[in-house]
Amino acid sequence: MEFILQPWSWWFSGIMIAAIMFFLLYFGQSFGFSSNLRTICAAAGLGKSAKFFDFNWKAQIWNLVFLVGAILGGFIAREFLSTDAPVLISEATIQDLSKLGIAAPESLQPAELFGLDAVLSIKGFLLLAFGGLMVGFGSRYAGGCTSGHAISGLSDLQVPSLIAVMGFFIGGLLMTYLFLPLIF
Amino acid sequence: MKFIKFLLLGIVFGIVMTKSEAVSWYRIQEMFRFQAFHMYGIIGTAVTLGVAGVALIKRFRMRDYHGNPIMFNPKEKSVVRYLIGGSIFGLGWALSGACPGPMIVNIGYGYWAMAIVFFFAIVGTYLYGLIKNKLPH
Repeated sequence: MEFILQPWSWWFSGIMIAAIMFFLLYFGQSFGFSSNLRTICAAAGLGKSAKFFDFNWKAQIWNLVFLVGAILGGFIAREFLSTDAPVLISEATIQDLSKLGIAAPESLQPAELFGLDAVLSIKGFLLLAFGGLMVGFGSRYAGGCTSGHAISGLSDLQVPSLIAVMGFFIGGLLMTYLFLPLIF
Repeated sequence: MKFIKFLLLGIVFGIVMTKSEAVSWYRIQEMFRFQAFHMYGIIGTAVTLGVAGVALIKRFRMRDYHGNPIMFNPKEKSVVRYLIGGSIFGLGWALSGACPGPMIVNIGYGYWAMAIVFFFAIVGTYLYGLIKNKLPH
């Protein structure tokens, strides 16, 4: 049981993610989580205002079920499989983040971003909103997210996916080194 | 009942993402600062196995459980949309510390604030759908 409660190693998690991708292929689908965002828009009837959401979304219900599973998985991991111990990030990262005013980890996520006080402040709310907005806009613009491009696309040696992943890092590095110090 | 296998795979995904800490904002920061191997190990292992497995599927023309050949649709050729779209995604990823899958897993874990992030990700996708034809692709 100790083994399960500890954080899992990168190699085991990598193997499991590849296994999930192959199971989805075997079940006649493909691994790409952000498609759900488009499906949700379509299911909400937004196809009336934008043609992009006018498609047979019911063929994507399997992915929404996968999404529901992911919620349950997060819940199960918290309730039964973890100790909610601080994330053991490197000392260098802790030092860098402290310069931004973000304290060393006490659990899985920083209270500075996801705690109630942060969420209820205007700045904190806007940060979460803009973060989500850019992820949603960017993933559809790029035609996929981490699962669709970095895992599925790279596994198929797709050049577009490699370009997208380079984009992920251009944006990620800009945010990390240029914008985060301005924001915090 | 035909959906139960996808529910189970989703559950496994949620557990693995949580237990590997890939859903943590801290881990994403650590990744973008190149200060640990952890995230690269996860993605690198998955992609290495993925490349080998996809090559085998193609080589032996494997079929899915319906009996249909497993097909891989080449993504449309372009640079602009992947580079710009990817960069916008990356900005959001590094800020919120979560891509769409981990957002959902975080909600299950109890980080309700991620529901705000996920809601605005839906809004962002809708905005893209609205102005899609005006953007360079």
